[in-house]
Amino acid sequence: MHTTTFPRSTIQSSFLTATLCVAACGAKEPSNSGTPEKTSAAAEPIAVDGSSTVFPITEAVAEEFQKTGKGRVTIGVSGTGGGFKKLCKGEIALSGASRPIKPTEVEVCKQNGIDYIELPVAYDGLAIVVNPRADWVDHMTVAELEQLWEPEAQDKVKQWSQVRDGWPAKELHLFGAGVDSGTYDYFTQAIVGKEHASRGDFTSSEDDNVLVQGISTDPLALGFFGFAYYVNNKDKLKIVPVDDGRDDNGKGPIAPSLETISDGTYQPLSRPVFVYVAAKAAQRLEVQAFVEFYLTQGARLAKEVGYVPLPENAYALARSRFKANKFGSVFGGEGSKVGVTVEALLAKE
Amino acid sequence: MNTRAPSKRLERAFSWLCMGAVAVPIGFLLVLLADVVMDSTSRLGWEFLTSYPSRKPDEAGILPGFIGSIYLVGLTALIALPIGMGAAIYLEEYGRGGRLSGLIEVNIANLAGVPSVIYGLLGLELFVRALSMGRSLLAGALTMALLVLPIIILASREALRTVPRGIRESCLALGATRWQTIRQVVLPMALPGILTGAILAIARAIGEAAPLIIVGALTYVDFLPSTPTSAFTVLPIQIFNWVSRPQPGFVQDAAAGIIVLLTTLLLLSSLAVVLRNRHQKRSV
Amino acid sequence: MRATQSGQRRIRRHQRALMREWLMERLLLACGLLSIVTTAGILFVLASESFAFFSEVGLSRFLFDTQWTPLFVDKHFGIWPLLSGTLLTSAIAITVALPFGLFAAIYLSELAPERVRRGLKPALELLAGVPTIVYGYFALVFLTPLLQTLVPGLAGFNALSPGIIMGIMIIPMISSLSEDALYAVPHSLREAALALGAGKLQTIFRIVLPSAFSGVAAACVLAASRAIGETMIVAIAAGQQPRFTLDPRVPIETMTAYIVQIGLGDTPTGTLEYKTIFAVGTSLFVITFAANALAQRLTKRFKETV
Repeated sequence: MHTTTFPRSTIQSSFLTATLCVAACGAKEPSNSGTPEKTSAAAEPIAVDGSSTVFPITEAVAEEFQKTGKGRVTIGVSGTGGGFKKLCKGEIALSGASRPIKPTEVEVCKQNGIDYIELPVAYDGLAIVVNPRADWVDHMTVAELEQLWEPEAQDKVKQWSQVRDGWPAKELHLFGAGVDSGTYDYFTQAIVGKEHASRGDFTSSEDDNVLVQGISTDPLALGFFGFAYYVNNKDKLKIVPVDDGRDDNGKGPIAPSLETISDGTYQPLSRPVFVYVAAKAAQRLEVQAFVEFYLTQGARLAKEVGYVPLPENAYALARSRFKANKFGSVFGGEGSKVGVTVEALLAKE
Repeated sequence: MNTRAPSKRLERAFSWLCMGAVAVPIGFLLVLLADVVMDSTSRLGWEFLTSYPSRKPDEAGILPGFIGSIYLVGLTALIALPIGMGAAIYLEEYGRGGRLSGLIEVNIANLAGVPSVIYGLLGLELFVRALSMGRSLLAGALTMALLVLPIIILASREALRTVPRGIRESCLALGATRWQTIRQVVLPMALPGILTGAILAIARAIGEAAPLIIVGALTYVDFLPSTPTSAFTVLPIQIFNWVSRPQPGFVQDAAAGIIVLLTTLLLLSSLAVVLRNRHQKRSV
Repeated sequence: MRATQSGQRRIRRHQRALMREWLMERLLLACGLLSIVTTAGILFVLASESFAFFSEVGLSRFLFDTQWTPLFVDKHFGIWPLLSGTLLTSAIAITVALPFGLFAAIYLSELAPERVRRGLKPALELLAGVPTIVYGYFALVFLTPLLQTLVPGLAGFNALSPGIIMGIMIIPMISSLSEDALYAVPHSLREAALALGAGKLQTIFRIVLPSAFSGVAAACVLAASRAIGETMIVAIAAGQQPRFTLDPRVPIETMTAYIVQIGLGDTPTGTLEYKTIFAVGTSLFVITFAANALAQRLTKRFKETV
């Protein structure tokens, strides 16, 4: 604007030089692995969004992928539902989902002409968790959980003693996944029997870290979230074994663990988690590289962050699915399916 | 009415009480700062400044947040400074006492009291959605520019007021137009004060998180923004992300990030103080 | 001939200068008008989305329901849970800030020697300059665990810890504005009191403070408005459970934290979820605007009486 009156004094000019310098330096900052400049620096970043449950795996994969220099990744955590909304609008390339795609979402994708490829990436359990100081809790039954979380419980079931006789007459502080979360959808389907039906008066968050923080600091807390978040915070939380009342998959209350989730005894709270890739994005070279990387390194990285990796042939099947551009969902677009064991999943592929 | 004045001892005790009222909050702040410094020492270092965020707390770094902050406040200043200066010049030089000026002044005063989240909502609806800028650096910078505009306008007006009236009148008497007077004489004299205002605005912008969260700054970014349309993150939001993670290592990362933020602010404030002192010496 | 040519040139140059002058004035005016445009923009954005929200949900449900569960199966749209969260944390903040701020102001204005005042005043202002994310860190990492050893049954997310931290943050606002108010009380009043034999304490409490009352009240209202609009401290430390309660020991959610929570998820335009953040934003705007207007009134009254 007023270039003629511009700074002659040293402070102003040094201020300007400083800003320009930092901007220039910023553009040349090396990546933390010290590898030479990324060749695909001009390529657009790969936009990933979706489930908070799948986020730790995607984050680990993206971090390692970034070190290879083949592309850049941004990851949002809008929840499974939020991720699907964006995928079906063509806004993102990949969406993490802790449940299969549902009919309404299939419809939206169809309307917008978006095709997608469904790829299972790991197996996860839903953990019921309390604070370590809640020593009155030894296990819970599915029936008790249903009574606690169903919509009718809203503003009525507010104390521990209302869930089971003998438990203290103290306030219940409930924590759970947010409504855009696949974990929420799956939990309501498995426990209440109807997807998306639950009480509304609890701390709901798409960010499982908030739930861990809340429960680990509150003796009266109870909540549910992905098993991996429990594994990574074991010293602050207490797991609650769940009794589903059925003997054919293991008698009595069963606690989630790598074994019980993969052999199908921890029911009904075990499920596969997925990554959905937009067909158009799958045309991009860097996206193909990323998906390939995900499905080859995913097993190792999933285990590292606390998930149950699928058997090796599951990943091979997923890779061939991707290469063959097989669109659609093997679950018929019906959303959360309770009781899908790893074998059943493989059979469907 | 009790006309006996309370004893000197009571007065002294009261004086100490009031002094405590000043000392206790300051002391509290010092304790908190000491706590942050202690938490941060394990992570603070060159590696921390040049690394990207990671799932492993002891490998995480502040680089995208720091660079993103610099780009963001730089762009914000670039947008807000000319406009703020323009508005201040208009209010001080052209429109004094007019009804329009009065209306503008009332608006500026009100805008200064609006919570920053509301600016975030405005930015979301207007820049991100309606103007389709998406979650970009530009949308963030425009939102922040609106937020800091009252600060720049206020500081610029004060700077312009320090220029003696007589100077303007003598320029006009010599045949210069109003604009010529402002551009060639008044502005250069007011420039240090204006720049102080710019620095104050930058200091405010660099610490803000809420409006940027709403406008869409990401919490996971593993690259540096390259154009104004890039996705980005900023220092406070990176700290927010680490504070939200329950794993103990991230507390140290958050503390280290806070030290980086506070150090940057300290440098900026010192620059502002130096500028102000220099300006005061000049106008004597 | 030559004289007329150079004369014409001079006229043209003069005309260009006038044109530039006219242009610059318009340009500068435009810069000034931007503030009006911004206000209009905020009002328009809030009003249009809120209107869409209320035509779908209805104002009475918003104002009279005591549950906020807009996204669940059993939908309730009462603003009271979020409002009570905001008011609870702000009330705690003011309770902490008022005594400290007021006595600090008395000290700096009436009792402190000039040298001490010059050093302590900017030190107090430092509290206002600390970014709120840093205060949020303090609340969650430092203060909450500390309070949990003192207050039985204090949950990890609660209203007490962020309330206290917000109080500390707004102390400079109250102390600085109150100090201005105290300073504005004419010296003659003080001297008259002293001449009548009153001690310093009596002068302060019976003469100076009552005269400065409106000014101090304005300071409090402004500080309360700041606390009400505060976002990061409560987003980090207060919790995300909308709940209609006055118990400072349990997780709650404030209006600002709700907006950030939904904003983090990058909700698409047009959904009910999206509209709720604007309905809540409008409520927030109305409250802070009313508070600021009240403070301005009080300041005006103060300036008239002093």
